[in-house]
Amino acid sequence: MIGRVPPWSLYAFSIVPPAWLFFLGLTGGLGFEPIKELEHRLGELALQLFIVTLAIRPLREWTGISILKQRRALGLITFFYVALHLLVWLALDVGILSEIWADIIKRPYITVGMAAFLLMIPLAITSNNLSLRKMGPKRWRGWHKLTYPAAVLGALHYVMLAKGFQIEPLVYLGVTLLLLAARFKLPRKTVPV
Amino acid sequence: MAGRYKGDLTWEDVTPKPVWMNRRSLIATGASALALGSIAGPAAASLGAAKTEYGTDLEPNDFEEITSYNNFYEFGTDKGDPARNAHMLTTDPWSIEIDGLVDKPGTYSMADILDGVTLEERIYRFRCVERWSMVIPWVGFELADLLQKAGVQDGAQYVAFETALRPDEMPGVQFPIIEWPYREGLRLDEAMHPLTIIATGLYDELLPNQNGAPVRLVVPWKYGYKSIKSIVRISVTENQPVTAWNMYAPKEYGFYSNVNPNRDHPRWSQKFERRVGGGLFAKQTETLMFNGYEKEVASLYDGMDLIEFH
Repeated sequence: MIGRVPPWSLYAFSIVPPAWLFFLGLTGGLGFEPIKELEHRLGELALQLFIVTLAIRPLREWTGISILKQRRALGLITFFYVALHLLVWLALDVGILSEIWADIIKRPYITVGMAAFLLMIPLAITSNNLSLRKMGPKRWRGWHKLTYPAAVLGALHYVMLAKGFQIEPLVYLGVTLLLLAARFKLPRKTVPV
Repeated sequence: MAGRYKGDLTWEDVTPKPVWMNRRSLIATGASALALGSIAGPAAASLGAAKTEYGTDLEPNDFEEITSYNNFYEFGTDKGDPARNAHMLTTDPWSIEIDGLVDKPGTYSMADILDGVTLEERIYRFRCVERWSMVIPWVGFELADLLQKAGVQDGAQYVAFETALRPDEMPGVQFPIIEWPYREGLRLDEAMHPLTIIATGLYDELLPNQNGAPVRLVVPWKYGYKSIKSIVRISVTENQPVTAWNMYAPKEYGFYSNVNPNRDHPRWSQKFERRVGGGLFAKQTETLMFNGYEKEVASLYDGMDLIEFH
């Protein structure tokens, strides 16, 4: 059943959560520091969607449920949320050009987050059927494995900005790494050295 | 001892209680008339703190903001967790163990602590290391009064503080976010400075639990985490005490932790801050050296490298 959801409806629905968050931010529903809250909630949404898209292939292998057709849409929506998260940081949170540049260069957690975003740009650009045809499925799939480092960097970005030892960011990173590990089958026998 | 410090602004600059109570009613406009009635109903008992010539050139944050956006990791790491969970903390009876280099060590009950002190209202800037800030009308008395009550002995150099550690009442301490109990410390001259207060209230009401009831420290020229909450122990020592955030990450959180726009936190700049409550389009403002208390406290650090001793 899930497999029959047309991708266009996912795109249409993807506007709802950020629009709702923005509305909440305007009307006091995000507390007294709505900028930070909006920024964090968009970042979390992106990380959650990263996990969903990475879970799609193992899900098919383990349960037979296939939503591969919807995966590209979910990937693009993830990029959309990452971009909104970045936009809130640029325009509402920091808002000072010299500070933005200094942060990207000097603050490792921002450098890492920015790297994740940059890795996703070629994927977003080539997410259409025309690119798939022009590049050929093999090369296209190869390029789109950039999703793996992007997801890890995204989760790492969250771990690096936590104050004190906090569980939640580590859960995101752990789940992301597990889903990636599920793709690599270990050899049955280890070769003696 | 009260009234040693004269600030720029007066108590008149604080939002009068009827006005901020009214704001809270307005926020609840959508609620039923019954809810409105309860908000406008009998207010909490006034502490009757002395109306001193005191304040800053800024308008204080609303009571609602000060009491619902908090860092008090013993009750959880979300800003809303303290307001949600701190009701579990038993604040009465309460006592502070005062020990170390003092003439009269022992257990001081709240009555002992408040005996003979004059409660004052003090409107202070509050700057969190995370780059948000508020202006808070505290009620309290100078820490110096309490230390003099215990009698500081020769050779004393530092004062160490400890927060209550009660796993049954503090859901956050089951996680090793930092090494519990929460600990803080000041150099003796910082502790004796007239700006340094022990707060027992805000907006002329008893301190809500999420703000560190029933007794907390307020050191307005340092990052917020130095202003330790719900204190159960004060030790006067010869050696510099260990402090919670400094133990966790010494490069990020120094012993002094004076607000300093020139010394970045390794993970973020400290040049700017944003006032809580400004909405979705609030702009950042420049952070002031010593959080705007340079005139009063800079001399404490004459000749010190404030980058090295951050």
